[in-house]
Amino acid sequence: MTDTPALRMDGVRKTYEVGDDEVVALDHADLTVGSDEIVALVGPSGSGKTTLCSIAGGLLSPTEGSVVLAGDDISRYSARQLTDVRRTRVGFVFQSVNLVPFLTAREKLVVVDELAGRKARRGDAGRRADQLLEELGLADRAGNTPAQLSGGQKQRVAIGRALMNEPALVLFDEPTSSLDSKLGEQVVELIREEMKSRGTAAVMVTHDDRITHIADRTVTIEDGHIAA
Amino acid sequence: MRLALRELRRRPGRFAVATVILTLIALLLMFLGGLLDGLLASSTGAYRAQEADLVVYSSEARDSLVRSRIDGDVRADVEGVEGVAAVGGLGSVQLGGRPGGDPGSKDLVATVLFGYELAPRGLPDVAPPQGTVVADAALQAEGVDAGTTLLLGPARTPVRVTGFVDDTRYSGQGSLWGSLGTWRAVTRANRPGEAVGDDVVQALVVRTEGAAGVPAAIDAATEGATDSLTVAGAIEALPGVSEQRATFNQIIGVTVVVALVVVALFFALITVERTALYGILKAIGASGPTLFVGVVTQAVVVTLLASAVGAGAAVSLDAAIPPGAIPFEATTGRLTSSVILLLVAAVAGCAFSLRRVLRVDPASAIGTGG
Repeated sequence: MTDTPALRMDGVRKTYEVGDDEVVALDHADLTVGSDEIVALVGPSGSGKTTLCSIAGGLLSPTEGSVVLAGDDISRYSARQLTDVRRTRVGFVFQSVNLVPFLTAREKLVVVDELAGRKARRGDAGRRADQLLEELGLADRAGNTPAQLSGGQKQRVAIGRALMNEPALVLFDEPTSSLDSKLGEQVVELIREEMKSRGTAAVMVTHDDRITHIADRTVTIEDGHIAA
Repeated sequence: MRLALRELRRRPGRFAVATVILTLIALLLMFLGGLLDGLLASSTGAYRAQEADLVVYSSEARDSLVRSRIDGDVRADVEGVEGVAAVGGLGSVQLGGRPGGDPGSKDLVATVLFGYELAPRGLPDVAPPQGTVVADAALQAEGVDAGTTLLLGPARTPVRVTGFVDDTRYSGQGSLWGSLGTWRAVTRANRPGEAVGDDVVQALVVRTEGAAGVPAAIDAATEGATDSLTVAGAIEALPGVSEQRATFNQIIGVTVVVALVVVALFFALITVERTALYGILKAIGASGPTLFVGVVTQAVVVTLLASAVGAGAAVSLDAAIPPGAIPFEATTGRLTSSVILLLVAAVAGCAFSLRRVLRVDPASAIGTGG
């Protein structure tokens, strides 16, 4: 854990040109996430949650404002630089957990390293993948493909993949939306344990009350504005 | 790239259709190429076997061996040109031959009898004695053996086969190689209208000392009585050779375009299917070029698989076809060039997916819920 915030967004604005009109998706949003803080991001559909999450994770660049990720201002990074940032500094857990259906659980974790290209690869990717699978209780499922895993196991694999690159920030996109309530609770607990034990920050886009309960803080966004 | 290879290994069924279609295209391509090579080989062997640099025709013959006549004076002019190392006469006559020495036999083999002085590849330096010939090995399939007497033409002129030489067919027919004396005698007996004097030949084959200007010097020395071609030029001037090559190459070109379209359509469809997956992979740090390299890798592997099957089939076909049945030759050069063409088509076909792969937005990986 360090004192440097995992994420600091200052006056972030994101607009889109639609014909002659300008649509404001995010309007002067300020958000700081501590280095091991779990923040739940809630709000109605179309409120700007996805846009905020995308900018925080280097998937989009802001139109205005600054985004500092683990001490580095990524606001004006090129697409290539943002690709590197996503690969090395940010973890993602998507709604659709079936990332690459023909890969085994272990390969799903190692693929993060393989995408780096030969020069940027770390030497211990396999060992780290095994360690993460062990910690997530999936050691005996390492060779299983998604078709051979339950919904909860798939979500755990997705969490393992997000942690593979030892990110400063993990972004969760509705991590429990495809799980029943019991599995959802288990996954929520697991997320908290994993984030807190590693001192890793997390932003979770959610509608699920269980997540807001385990979060350190809940941030509400409406019409592109973060509620005070 | 590893991801792409794993997909090929784990989900081969996904690529089965493209592989089968490309295999059929590879087969077609290699079969067409093999036919072209077979046809050309059976048309040009006698010229390709020449261990010489130039073929000299009489100028009015318009580069046709049958029409060409060169007399002793012209030959002397050619021999006097600086840079000419050796000159030999060449004559030919196309006649049916009856193997076995039975004048009444209805078993007729199409042959071309050549008379030579400068030995082509595989032939004795001194032409066989009068009335004897060395036969092209292709004639063995027609029942010609060493010692067989062939009765040539309507006059049933006997020539005895003393041995064989490979790959000297001409105009689709098996060749017979004898002395100029044998050629003159057979021509006089069977085609009296084409008979020539003892110092006349149809063409000259010339070995040079390597200077580039020798053909022009020869034609100048003979005051325009000759037309000197390189052996390669003379082969191209043979009747039908350039036409066959052009026709087959056009068909081969169309086949390659079809391969390109197949690859382009297949991988364009696959890319559309993978848009969501590519979005996720980009979100976790894959670059567009990395993903495109994966597409190209898959196309190359599928093409190599198809090519291997096609090449195997072409080689098997070549081995299975009885000599003389179909002019088909599966040469290493042809198979290699076919594989290269298919690979180029595959990579070019993939290029149609490049824009789509590069344009996939990594932000699409995150849901649209807000």
